Amino acid sequence: MDKIIELKNITKSFDGEVVLDNISLDIYDNEFITLLGPSGCGKTTTLRLIGGFETPDSGDVLFMGQRINDVPPHKRNVNTVFQRYALFPHLNVFENVAFPLRERKVPRDEIETRVEEMLAMVALKGFEHRAVTSLSGGQQQRVAIARALVGKPRVLLLDEPLAALDLKLRKDMQQELKNIQKATGITFVFVTHDQEEALSMSDTIVVMSEGRIQQIGSSQDVYNEPQNAFVADFIGESNIVDGVMLADRSVSFSGHVFDCVDGGFGKNEPVDVVVRPEDVDIVPEGQGQLSGVVTSVTFMGVHYEVIVDIGGFKWMIQTTDFVGVDAHIGLVIEPDAIHIMKKSEYSGLYGDYASFSNEFDELSDAESEGSE
Amino acid sequence: MTKKKTRSSLVTGLAGGPYEVWAVLFILVPLAFVAYYAFTDNDFRFTTANIVRFFTDTSPAAGGEGTMVRTYLVISWRSIKLAVISTAVCLLLGYPLAYIISRSSPRAQKTMMTLIMIPMWMNFLIRTYAWMTILQDTGILNNLLAKLGLGRIHIIGTETAVIIGMVYDYLPYMILPIYSIMAKMDFKLIEAARDLGCAPAGVLRRVILPLSMPGVVNGITMVLIPSISTFYISQKLGDGMFFLLGDAIEGQYVANNLHFAAAIAFILMVALLAAMAAMRYFTDRHTYGGQ
Repeated sequence: MDKIIELKNITKSFDGEVVLDNISLDIYDNEFITLLGPSGCGKTTTLRLIGGFETPDSGDVLFMGQRINDVPPHKRNVNTVFQRYALFPHLNVFENVAFPLRERKVPRDEIETRVEEMLAMVALKGFEHRAVTSLSGGQQQRVAIARALVGKPRVLLLDEPLAALDLKLRKDMQQELKNIQKATGITFVFVTHDQEEALSMSDTIVVMSEGRIQQIGSSQDVYNEPQNAFVADFIGESNIVDGVMLADRSVSFSGHVFDCVDGGFGKNEPVDVVVRPEDVDIVPEGQGQLSGVVTSVTFMGVHYEVIVDIGGFKWMIQTTDFVGVDAHIGLVIEPDAIHIMKKSEYSGLYGDYASFSNEFDELSDAESEGSE
Repeated sequence: MTKKKTRSSLVTGLAGGPYEVWAVLFILVPLAFVAYYAFTDNDFRFTTANIVRFFTDTSPAAGGEGTMVRTYLVISWRSIKLAVISTAVCLLLGYPLAYIISRSSPRAQKTMMTLIMIPMWMNFLIRTYAWMTILQDTGILNNLLAKLGLGRIHIIGTETAVIIGMVYDYLPYMILPIYSIMAKMDFKLIEAARDLGCAPAGVLRRVILPLSMPGVVNGITMVLIPSISTFYISQKLGDGMFFLLGDAIEGQYVANNLHFAAAIAFILMVALLAAMAAMRYFTDRHTYGGQ
């Protein structure tokens, strides 16, 4: 695969505040790549640099090998689907989609066929003469996608395009976007703060925090082999505990020595240990490697979310078997369920469920939607 | 449910009461009086003589070669011409300014709006006199030009002077409605247009201009109407050479010809209403909906 966009050592500040701190990223032709991170991590700024709405303070943006730092948006072969769609309210559905073609003086009949083709692709046939203001959020979203794709860009940038839709519609649109990407073969650069969305749609995920790239990898990579505590915590749920690497494939944490599958660390090197909540098995007390007391149980539909106090550290465990609050239980962790990470600046900040609340997660989600 | 509804409508009814009384007393009644006076003679008997007089009165042409012209039609034409030119100048000056203000920081927006409003706090007679001192043959402008060695120009008593005075007076009425529309415009739309291939000129023509059309229509309305019926500016800055409809109404009123003054006012009003209706019809059809 060929590189279509390269970001080289890009730094960008606004009002003295560093938003992007020496970012380098290669985007390959025909891939679905997602920039994932919390609000303020620099993902939207990265997108705007590619779109041409910002210029880097230092570093270069390359498009098919050409430096395009100073090329204005209208001369880039890149289109954007904006967060709030940004449809032109004075134009109807047809004219919104035809907008880029009219600018390029495409012949009348060709405009007609290409717009119809696009509207058919996003299932909006028959809506040509409707006012865009009369459409539902999902329909407006489709118009925005059709409008961005009708000019056949090499790269489509999507800035949290699904954030304003409700859950059910969002799931449908995720699938639809993925299908459109496959059908058109256009490179999609997708920005989101929703890790589930990122996992289900992307070929490549770029996890960002505080203006830096934390990890680049496939969905499986970033979930199963997180590089540091930030990634482990941001993607899915994680119990992150302090451990010591005794030898290759042997790690000690929570007062017990476990077999694991990782190696290559120094002898007695302090590490962060990640255990996903679904990888912990509950057994009767005394039969496990660890034991603890259940402090809360929440029914989530498919499973129970159980918070267990193990020697003062609160673990989250997801299980389909019911246990009662205050029950004393034993826990078993298989070697391949244990992931070892080097210590980083994020060590100790995440992975304890002492103050965990679903509500907090939702609150911070809602906040980040508006602020970026 | 029904009870609540009745009560709330009663409350709105009561709250709206004073405004309705106001509207009837100070808008409808005066309009009715204008119409009544326009169609009556001094003894308040019905007549169309005043209306007919407007279209038929003649006087010697300004050149004075003995040809006669229809007095009030000439005045009307002059009024319309100066008002249209002033409105056009206001639009050309005000539109870019409104755009620049709407794209500035909130602080700068406040400052610039205040600067635009300040002249409106002064009485317009004083403003007009100020322009006289500036534009006179021995005024500030000419002294400045002379000092710079550029030679004096004669402005006072020309149509240009009248237009300058009118533009100065009415420019804020053009800027305010356009600015208020532009300030609400979603900046993402401009980015979207650039993203979709528009160079700056294309963004202006295809997005900003059509979206700001309601503000432009309001601005034109708010400048054209007062400038078409303006008076005094023409007397002072035009040296009395450019008698306008407003001056005619004032003159007839001062001369105690109330019925003819009312007739001129009535004709002007009907003409303006017709013009506005045509403009609304045209812009409503062509700026929104895009069909």
